[in-house]
Amino acid sequence: MKQYLGPLSKDNPVLVQTLGVCSALAVTAQLKPAVVMALSVTVVCACSNFIISLLRNTIPPRIRIIVQLLIVSFFVILVDQVLQAFVYDISKLLSVFVGLIITNCIIMGRLEAFALSHKPLPSLIDGVMNGVGYGLVLVVVAFFRELLGSGTLWNYPIVPESWYAHGYLNNGLMILPPMALILVGTMIWGRNRVKVKS
Amino acid sequence: MSEIFNIFVRSVFIDNMIFAYFLGMCSYLAVSKNVKTAFGLGWAVCFVLTVTVPVNYLIDKYLLREGALAWLGERFASTDLSFLSLIIFIAVIAGMVQLLEMVFERYLPALNMALGIFLPLIAVNCAILGGSLFMQERNFPTVAHSLSYAIGSGLGWLLAITAFAAIRERLKYAKIPPALQGNGIAYIITGLLGIGFMCFLGM
Repeated sequence: MKQYLGPLSKDNPVLVQTLGVCSALAVTAQLKPAVVMALSVTVVCACSNFIISLLRNTIPPRIRIIVQLLIVSFFVILVDQVLQAFVYDISKLLSVFVGLIITNCIIMGRLEAFALSHKPLPSLIDGVMNGVGYGLVLVVVAFFRELLGSGTLWNYPIVPESWYAHGYLNNGLMILPPMALILVGTMIWGRNRVKVKS
Repeated sequence: MSEIFNIFVRSVFIDNMIFAYFLGMCSYLAVSKNVKTAFGLGWAVCFVLTVTVPVNYLIDKYLLREGALAWLGERFASTDLSFLSLIIFIAVIAGMVQLLEMVFERYLPALNMALGIFLPLIAVNCAILGGSLFMQERNFPTVAHSLSYAIGSGLGWLLAITAFAAIRERLKYAKIPPALQGNGIAYIITGLLGIGFMCFLGM
């Protein structure tokens, strides 16, 4: 059980292994797209882990990268079509970043490191847990960026009108892409600090 | 002509792959310990982008887009294969990287020595696939536009990783709180560089 909980904190894919950062940051200006993105990555990671693990004894090692890419892109296309059909506005907002799940290093990393050498069911759980670990970081970053940057959460206004009347301003810098990097840097700092103490 | 030049400048500075879209961050953080290797990877990315984006542009324009198959005849005039673009793009990129590696090995051994270790890594670099997907989204009118976009993005990536590697080399002598050392400070520096690059936005 313990090995499955690793991705949530001890081996967090984003904070500790610096995998999958590319897409993690571009979609976190608001909470809603961040959650959708986290769900998509979890689904793709779990499904492709499961399938690769089923095929692990039949894939010739020399061409395994191509096979992995094809299976991952199959699931990404499925997710992309589902998003376009049911939540079109968010899929427009995520634009190319849904497609970029294919090259998300978390997924390739898990396929290489776990699915190729484990049974299907553990691989499925491992995929889900890594997706959740990735999602946690996304949600935390998006929470602060949306709250401080636009004064809303999940598009509902949080900062009361009276504050604005007294001269409160949203921090426009939070919306800009570089702030996501600085927030993740700060999260890593805090996490290491706690680890050093204990 | 000036439009093509505009796209080039825009993609180097304003829409910089790393500072505006964070594409290719994984290798950017992993291969920036010293300037020389960072420069090598930067060139490799630049090269692969320059080859794959125009190829994918042609494939998108004449095979995948809605109505693209009209040249086959009336029956195909309304065919829309764009849902296949992800899988085709990644296949083209992986195939191209493999092909380049073989060509280099045979004809340009010196270049192969310099880029060799990075080429296989590049197939799964988000910056490459990202380049093709942004090209598709922006709907460039001719292949020359997409070529200038590809060269610009590649040079922008090269610029970013080289600058970052240079800063990182100096960082070895700086006093940083122990918990912030390594990745923590790397993220914060990239963020600050990104804020610096935002001053190009008004241009």
